[in-house]
Amino acid sequence: MKCGVVVFPGSNCDHDAYHVLKHVLAQDTTFLWHQDDSLQGCDLIVLPGGFSYGDYLRAGAMAALSPVMAAVQRHAEAGGLVLGICNGFQVLLEAGLLPGAMRRNASLRFQCKDVHLKVERTDLPFTNKLRAGQVLRMPIAHAEGNYEDAPEKLDALEAAGQVVFRYCTAEGEVTPEANPNGAARNIAGICNAQGNVLGLMPHPERCSEEILGNTDGLALFASAVGVLEAVR
Amino acid sequence: MKARVTVYPRREILDPQGKAIRDALSRVGFAGVDDVRAGKSFEISLGTDDPVQAEQELRRMCEKLLANTVVEDYSVELLGAEVGVRP
Repeated sequence: MKCGVVVFPGSNCDHDAYHVLKHVLAQDTTFLWHQDDSLQGCDLIVLPGGFSYGDYLRAGAMAALSPVMAAVQRHAEAGGLVLGICNGFQVLLEAGLLPGAMRRNASLRFQCKDVHLKVERTDLPFTNKLRAGQVLRMPIAHAEGNYEDAPEKLDALEAAGQVVFRYCTAEGEVTPEANPNGAARNIAGICNAQGNVLGLMPHPERCSEEILGNTDGLALFASAVGVLEAVR
Repeated sequence: MKARVTVYPRREILDPQGKAIRDALSRVGFAGVDDVRAGKSFEISLGTDDPVQAEQELRRMCEKLLANTVVEDYSVELLGAEVGVRP
């Protein structure tokens, strides 16, 4: 079992994701350069946070067309696991691996703070160690997390159970006040129809160790690692 | 041939930047600005002089990269300086 963290020019959470997989979860982990067209046999691919290609044109737009993303696309289509965090989520949207798009936060401000997330799916490769309705605390740090799609597309997304995380209060109530960026229907994270591709704006890699004061993010990585170890 | 591609947020979608700019215009004394949409403009020089081919190519560029059609619309304008032709 091998994990790969993609490095785009401007990625800045790549080492954090690498650290969690390599040192906290003791997995064979490697970096994958954006110009590579091979995933070097990796089973779990993480697209990290940051400002790939300086957010030129639109966040994630340039990265979505980089050589490594063609390989990630094939990996995803074959059922391989892909986790996109923050800018990685934006890249997945721009690449068409997940539906919808990001707009500038409704506040027009870069939002950097802890938020609460309600867990809506616990049967996914990335969420099987979570409990239904569980409330997680995770940091966000983004200017473009205002998730949007046409109303009928959002209805279809919800009907298919593809909304995985929603912004909520500490008590688990999904309210407008708990929404940090104006995202449609408080959506913080979604998956594809098959459930093997997950994107979320909050940063689980920044809350995966006791020393950081919060380990709520670790379950996402541990869930995926557990799934891959089980099929070995 | 030169062309201008304009990309802007779709009408039905709230444009937070445009709204902030509208509010700022009101603050500096431009009364009566009802709405502002903030978008992007690209000036593109193409190797072809064929307006039909140019327009097709530009639209494909928009669909593939220049616009995110989930939240943005685009328009294509051939400036046609070299050939003097406008569709």
